[in-house]
Amino acid sequence: MTNLFTTATGHLRARHRAEWRFRWLGRLAIVFSLGFLLIMLVSIISLGKGALSRTEIQLSIDLSAASTLEDVDLKKTVRTALFTTFPEVIERSDKRALLKLLSADSSYELARMIEDNPALLGQEPVLWFTASDDIDMYEKGAIDANLPENRRRLKDTTLGWVRALESHDALRSVFNTAFFTSGDSREPELAGIFSALIGSILSLIVCFTLSFPLGIMAALSLEEFSKKSRWSDFIEVNINNLAAVPSIVFGLLGMAIFLNVFGLPRSSPLVGGMVLALMTLPTIIIASRAALRSVPPSIREAALAMGATRVQTTFHHVLPLAMPGMLTGAIVGMARALGETAPLIMIGMVAFIVDVPQGFTDAATSLPVQIFLWADSPERAFLEKTSAAILVLLGLLVVMNIAAIVLRRKFERRY
Amino acid sequence: MSKEPIITTRNVDVFYGDKQALNGVTLDVPRNKVTSLIGPSGCGKSTFLRSLNRMNDLVDICRVEGEIKVEGKNIYDKDVDVVALRAHIGMVFQKPNPFPKSIFENVVYGPKIHGMIKTKSDAEEIVETSLRRAGLWKEVADRLQEPGTSLSGGQQQRLCIARAIAVKPSIILMDEPASALDPIATAVIEELIDELRQNYTIIIVTHSMQQAARVSQRTAFFHMGDLVESGPTKELFTSPNDERTQNYISGRIG
Repeated sequence: MTNLFTTATGHLRARHRAEWRFRWLGRLAIVFSLGFLLIMLVSIISLGKGALSRTEIQLSIDLSAASTLEDVDLKKTVRTALFTTFPEVIERSDKRALLKLLSADSSYELARMIEDNPALLGQEPVLWFTASDDIDMYEKGAIDANLPENRRRLKDTTLGWVRALESHDALRSVFNTAFFTSGDSREPELAGIFSALIGSILSLIVCFTLSFPLGIMAALSLEEFSKKSRWSDFIEVNINNLAAVPSIVFGLLGMAIFLNVFGLPRSSPLVGGMVLALMTLPTIIIASRAALRSVPPSIREAALAMGATRVQTTFHHVLPLAMPGMLTGAIVGMARALGETAPLIMIGMVAFIVDVPQGFTDAATSLPVQIFLWADSPERAFLEKTSAAILVLLGLLVVMNIAAIVLRRKFERRY
Repeated sequence: MSKEPIITTRNVDVFYGDKQALNGVTLDVPRNKVTSLIGPSGCGKSTFLRSLNRMNDLVDICRVEGEIKVEGKNIYDKDVDVVALRAHIGMVFQKPNPFPKSIFENVVYGPKIHGMIKTKSDAEEIVETSLRRAGLWKEVADRLQEPGTSLSGGQQQRLCIARAIAVKPSIILMDEPASALDPIATAVIEELIDELRQNYTIIIVTHSMQQAARVSQRTAFFHMGDLVESGPTKELFTSPNDERTQNYISGRIG
């Protein structure tokens, strides 16, 4: 007697195989996508972690003759300190090469140190100065000393000085706070992400305050208040089309309207945010409409049957239930806006901005534009800056997503 | 209290676009009685009910013709404010639909928007009397701050009734209020309907002829958009005048 409930027939076996195949395909897809994400993160982190540290050179500075900051010839003092460290260097061209050990900013560094600690005046203190990007790169192992001299950035004489400094413990690696506190610079060792970060945040604030209320009001008007007609269909189709317009087109629009017609300040987070708001608006409207449509009609009926007006029904009952979905849509739109480069280039946020923007109308740049600019720079040291800036951008995205999850949890209600 | 009917309808036609859903319905609804509307699916009984508090306005393509008078006033007149009308005519739906808020807020919402509440004690009083009338007070008195959606189906439906009577309407429309409930919860709701009759006029749409027989004093039978016949419930069920009514109550159509 045969058992009825075994996998006897070929047909049933084929069905099981199909199921097995499908499950493994799904798992494979997940492994692939997570794998690529992992590869991306590992490569960015391994490239970018170098930007978190910088190399400093120890020099003994002679300030014995000075009683105020004005007395000090900053440039000359630092030079003299360097030359006394290496008394054997006499040739003019060698001396010039020796000066390249230090960052171009070292005289200002000295000034800042004296300002912070006036007690240095009249002393002969031992101070640490930022090394130039080439030394920094060598210390981080990015320059191979085994290559022939004509194929590397550091010449043999310079390498000799660096090794001499190393043997006297006059070189050290410190946390690179400047990367997080200063603006862009032509010198990689001085360049920081702060002004781009502030530019991005200011732009996003403008973008959110414009696009979120506008998007919600538009969605409410279309979904809750207007009757279905040929007009509303027409508007709907156009909003959906708008969401698919390439972002650079919005940049052109912003340039033509906001800059040329209204004369708003070029390169400013205000205009950048407005352009990004134009771009984000359709996304928010579409997401908000979907959120409104997912609110059960029974809730609307209940409120209207109680004698609530349309507006009361919407604001007391429908909107709170749709809020989590609307916020999700807004965050998706904002995340896209945060990563947007092309429209900002069109309105001049691609400029070389050293200062940290103080307000919405100051010239500024943004994180993705900064990444673009650094990636375009020839110096080897900007490579790690680029990766580190990408990490900052990703970090900001993570923060925004966490904020979205927290807000959603707060608003979420069962029905 | 007057013996005049509280609602009178004359030749009411309702259209959804080109499709006619009701053909010339003429019906008088007596005060402080339970009137049930019965008939097979799609016969227009729910459409008729929704015309009485103008919930049909929500459907863009819906058009109502004829005369529907509530307390002697045609509710489709231009000067009628639907908000005031709906405060006067409460409605309970097929599926319990409490707001996703606390039990207290559910009941107090209507009075609040209609400006019936001045102080906190007003609110507490309205909540208690409404819940007592809906027979729910004993079960929820100690958990008024819990969400209304956490109650059982039958309790949710009574909460919806409490919410409707909190606005102090004179008429309550019920659209198959017990069809989503189990037999015990249904029995509780039916008892409640019988009690509410003292203070309110109730019009109930139901699929169950037994329910109509149990709770209502008058019954109207709808068939394919026509009001076939109406009268005292007992008479309609024992000696119907129309053949279609006869067929429906004996289970031959439906």
